[in-house]
Amino acid sequence: MTFTLNIWRQKGPEDSGRFVTYEARDVSAGMSFLEMLDSVNQRLIADGEEPVAFEQDCREGICGSCSLVINGVPHGPDRGITTCQLYMRRFPDGAVITIEPWRARSFPIIKDLVVDRRALDRIMQAGGYISVNTGGAVDGNVLLIGKDQAETAMDAASCIGCGACVAACKNASAMLFVAAKVSHLASLPQGKPERTHRVRAMLEAMDREGFGSCGNQYECEAVCPKSIGVRFIANLNREYLRAGVVESGLLSEPEAPHAESA
Amino acid sequence: MTMLNAKIPSGPLETKWDRRRFSEKLISPNNKRKLTVIVVGSGLAGASAASTLGQLGYQVECFCFQDSPRRAHSIAAQGGINAAKNYQDDGDSVGRLFYDTIKGGDFRSREANVYRLAQVSTQIIDQCVALGIPFAREYGGQLANRSFGGVQVSRTFYCRGQTGQQLLLGAYSALCWQIERGQVTMRPRTEMLDLIVVDGQARGIVVRDLVTGRLSVHTAHAVVLATGGYSNVYYLSTNASGSNVTATYRAWKQGAGFANPCFTQIHPTAIPPGDAYQAKLTLMSESLRNDGRLWVPKMSADHRCPGDISAAERDYFLERRYPRFGNLAPRDIASRAVKDVCDEGRGVGPSGHGVYLDFADVIEQEGLDVVRERYGNLFDMYHRITGEDAYHAPMRIYPAPHYTMGGLWVDYNLMSTVPGLFVIGEANFADHGANRLGASSLMQGLADGYFILPYTIGHYLATAKLSLIREDHKDARAALQRVTNRIDRLLNAKGRRTAASFHRDVGTLLWNHCGMSRNQAGLTLALASVPALREEFWRDVMIPGSGEAFNQELEYAGRVADYLEFAELLCHDALHREESCGAHFREEYQTDDGEPKRDDSRFAHVAAWEYREGAPPILHKEPLAFEFVQPTTRSYQ
Ligand SMILES: Cc1cc2nc3c(=O)[nH]c(=O)nc-3n(C[C@H](O)[C@H](O)[C@H](O)COP(=O)(O)OP(=O)(O)OC[C@H]3O[C@@H](n4cnc5c(N)ncnc54)[C@H](O)[C@@H]3O)c2cc1C
Ligand code: FES
Repeated sequence: MTFTLNIWRQKGPEDSGRFVTYEARDVSAGMSFLEMLDSVNQRLIADGEEPVAFEQDCREGICGSCSLVINGVPHGPDRGITTCQLYMRRFPDGAVITIEPWRARSFPIIKDLVVDRRALDRIMQAGGYISVNTGGAVDGNVLLIGKDQAETAMDAASCIGCGACVAACKNASAMLFVAAKVSHLASLPQGKPERTHRVRAMLEAMDREGFGSCGNQYECEAVCPKSIGVRFIANLNREYLRAGVVESGLLSEPEAPHAESA
Repeated sequence: MTMLNAKIPSGPLETKWDRRRFSEKLISPNNKRKLTVIVVGSGLAGASAASTLGQLGYQVECFCFQDSPRRAHSIAAQGGINAAKNYQDDGDSVGRLFYDTIKGGDFRSREANVYRLAQVSTQIIDQCVALGIPFAREYGGQLANRSFGGVQVSRTFYCRGQTGQQLLLGAYSALCWQIERGQVTMRPRTEMLDLIVVDGQARGIVVRDLVTGRLSVHTAHAVVLATGGYSNVYYLSTNASGSNVTATYRAWKQGAGFANPCFTQIHPTAIPPGDAYQAKLTLMSESLRNDGRLWVPKMSADHRCPGDISAAERDYFLERRYPRFGNLAPRDIASRAVKDVCDEGRGVGPSGHGVYLDFADVIEQEGLDVVRERYGNLFDMYHRITGEDAYHAPMRIYPAPHYTMGGLWVDYNLMSTVPGLFVIGEANFADHGANRLGASSLMQGLADGYFILPYTIGHYLATAKLSLIREDHKDARAALQRVTNRIDRLLNAKGRRTAASFHRDVGTLLWNHCGMSRNQAGLTLALASVPALREEFWRDVMIPGSGEAFNQELEYAGRVADYLEFAELLCHDALHREESCGAHFREEYQTDDGEPKRDDSRFAHVAAWEYREGAPPILHKEPLAFEFVQPTTRSYQ
């Protein structure tokens, strides 16, 4: 198969960037999208040109490194997968494919298709954890956690932090990302003591990093490679409201009897 | 590197670790603040160590080459983590986990280390639960378990097929806490390129900022390497593309012994390799062997559809050869059995490099929904990669390089032969001997990082009495110069071939001659071929762009250059070991029925290699004493 690729090239953060067209030749159906790009890059290098910079590591859909907007959609046309799991059999021979980086104010471009996603780490540092020292934890079975509850926590926890939700959102909001983390921890007994602080601190950090607010367009859910649902955003809003009530003194910490999580 | 002193505490096995901890010197909280530790790597081992050291009060600087610590290779582990909790009441215990692990490793690991690993395993689960890791649970709320290859009890804890992800996110969140508190300074997108040794002690590292290309020196009172495994030396492996040998290899050149480099585990259940463009091999979790049955046609070159081959015409080769363990035989046994049937011409699929992993029976007995619930994500992944539906036709699988049991030699305290250089996780030569049982690497990474290193490093820091060296110390400047020269040399080669093409060549050479089975002639040939390939690399490699910028090709070429040297060490080690054990099968040493023949009289040792410039490496042996278990022939028949 042969494809025409329009790829965003940008030397560095200061460069203005532009699309450059490349041919991808001798592509087979069993090649992954990234292997197809590898083959283009091999040719560029052999010609002494700089290869197209893009991020990847696990190539198994779990590390969250790969981050391409393919024909206008983060991670490409299929639902529930990352770019590295996209295979060329998905495209008709001769197709024209446009490839761009994640675009969001909070994700500055480093080079070509590589962006800086450290803002997501900084949101995590603001409270996306349970403060517990190593050693001295009680037996794991002392905390009984129902199967359903554990499954809900796992649904939320499966976020790979790739940032596709941000790239898809017209407000470049990181709500789905924050919602996933807040819901994961708030739905487990271990996470409850810090839930008030956590939700406030993470949302404040999100604002500080320049992410927009949620416009209820559900674009994030549509592109999330782990199919994390917007129901977690509703849960985040509930957690936030609850935090407000607790702060106003109407509810007492650590446990709010009626504010159950999703 | 003169004598290898493993510093194993004497006395009963059960109390060795307690006694060591008790005898260690402590540092007061006030003084910890004045001590700095560098941790290279933020996978399970690095993140758990850095966060725990931060909690204890040390000033920690942690490095990784990804953009975020959460993306370290550990994130990809699927199957699970072992612990001797005996929640299933099926006869598990610390002693049994110890015995399974030491036997699984073919009696090529230290008793004391393995026992300690089994001991702390139970604490790891508790710690992970406390961190909010959503382990699978039973309906009653208790932690769920499953079983993995090579054992007969259910002791594996898991989070769907994403156990490594969840364990890493737990360690990462602990790290985030310490970063926020200012105890850990995180430096992502930074690659360690050399080790600074002053008066024989590790005192810092040289790194390259992968965004700006700037080189810099970082000094500390001790250095911890948690940089993972090197099975990407084979080009195709199950590892993430970034996994590499650079940090440990360059530490080797500065005096750290490299132990058992040839012990590379080949995992039986990966998706078979396809065409030449292929960049990695995808693992299908070992848990599939709980329910899938492996078979090939009895007849060779039988190209019929699997459904057309009747039960009588099928060879369920693992069940036939190893009736007690069947499809759950340990990895090295299963991999070799797969290779054998393919070598006989009975392999399936376009290349003949494949066997069927068939779920028809379990689907018939328990229903499609049960199988979908258990393995749905794996079946989806298989479908995406191969375009085939494994619910209706068997999967095809083939072994792939997966995990490296070799690594830098460390003593019981996890310190290398360079004082002040500690090595944890897959980067050290580990507690796995000649073979690693499933679900035991995550256990080792977290044991090292949460529960062992934080104690032992304290003792070193309390006794070594060090002051920080300055960045312009002559040994730091020399290390910086080594790195600069190497980068200049790479950029100035201006040849015609890409680094990837050399990587593929050295990988193929190793796979053919130092892979699942090896022999003297092949290893000798590989040893003769590697230097020529290396020379060609330095003459003919092409790296566009400059060193003072984001340059992925330069990063990659540097790692390939190290593989091209390391490959030789790997072959030396494989050649020296004239026995078959664990993941290392020397064709000359096998029993009449094709099982590996171990030689305890000559090879019950750890082989630790010392670097010498321009000369073959020197071998040092650490004898393995077995006081508490009797090495037996490792039979799974
Ligand atoms: C597909 C797959 C599935 C697996 N499943 C299981 C399983 O189910 N159970 C199990 O027990 N084990 C499993 N394993 C094995 C296990 O995942 C690894 O052995 C383990 O995660 C290694 O952890 P680590 O912390 O030692 O290293 P890694 O997670 O590899 O981390 C290495 C770290 O070092 C950094 N680094 C490396 N070099 C440098 C450098 N030069 N400079 C700066 N930073 C550097 C990297 O950035 C990274 O942060 C699996 C492995 C694979 C490949
Ligand atoms: S490369 Fe890891 S998710 Fe795509």
